[in-house]
Amino acid sequence: MDCIIIDDDATARLIIKQFCLKSERINVLEEFSSAIDAIKYLNNNSNIDLIYLDIHMPTFSGFDFIKTLNNPPKIILTTSDKNLALEAFEYKSVVDYLVKPITFERYNKSLEKLDVLPTKDETTLNDINKSEYIYVNVDRRLVKVNIASIYLIEAKGDYINIKTNKKNYIVHSTLKKIQDKLPFNMFFKVHRSFIINFSEIIDIEDNSVLVRQDVVPVSRSNKSELMKKLNLL
Amino acid sequence: MEKPNLSFIKEIAGDDEEFQNSILDIIKKEFPEEAKMFNQNFASKDYNEAANNVHKLKHKISLLGLEKGLEIASAFEIDLKKGKTQLHNNFLEILNKIHVYLYH
Repeated sequence: MDCIIIDDDATARLIIKQFCLKSERINVLEEFSSAIDAIKYLNNNSNIDLIYLDIHMPTFSGFDFIKTLNNPPKIILTTSDKNLALEAFEYKSVVDYLVKPITFERYNKSLEKLDVLPTKDETTLNDINKSEYIYVNVDRRLVKVNIASIYLIEAKGDYINIKTNKKNYIVHSTLKKIQDKLPFNMFFKVHRSFIINFSEIIDIEDNSVLVRQDVVPVSRSNKSELMKKLNLL
Repeated sequence: MEKPNLSFIKEIAGDDEEFQNSILDIIKKEFPEEAKMFNQNFASKDYNEAANNVHKLKHKISLLGLEKGLEIASAFEIDLKKGKTQLHNNFLEILNKIHVYLYH
């Protein structure tokens, strides 16, 4: 398994590198003291299986870095902060969260977790194999919804409003939960409160997108990713 | 009063003396620069940047087995982000202890 290490602290990089050597499972291809340099490297090297990533770095944090990755490899976060774990696991690709200083015993445990999470290729395959339908709980009934018929999902407090060709479903759930069930190449979260179906976009204007008859806001941070995914002339 | 020591570095590196020495060498190389940056930012009242310096120094403080020192540094980092500086002297004491241990 090939990895890179991103950490502004040389001591932390050395320790991870030595552990990788010792484990004989992880091959360190490169190490970077800044996330920006790592992004440049990853633009030309897509064959990385794993990234050891420090969260707290000057100017560009580990979380900022993850947001720039389209199809991220597995990521093991390293940090001196114990209290960022909740945010860390919001990212699907994050396998583990190691608090520095890291012992070899703890490092080995994180390797066990690597085996549980699917690899990048398997994730893509899982997306293809995702069901064409989802079942949603509406008034204690499980209702079958054709995924392709969904054009917009809006978060409203503790509920989400799933809008389809035929009707709308108000379901007690979160955008995160439903996003995990949807094929990533078909749906995109344009805003913290909205997921849209790409194929239903009619037009895009500044910071909003018209999906059928609904004008949906696009947050600044998601705009560039949205534009990348579109089939632009 | 706790003193800097190699116990944690030995736990990390096991019997590998070369590994132990490499860790210590990098700490010796990086510590003065990081401490200097902290002092400069603190003196110019850039407390947010000083908090970032404390954050980076925390790893070295814990590697040198200073558990109490790590607690103080963590509290100081949070305080600095709020512009509070009461723990400054306590933090300087930790830096001083490390300096004496590494270079004397």
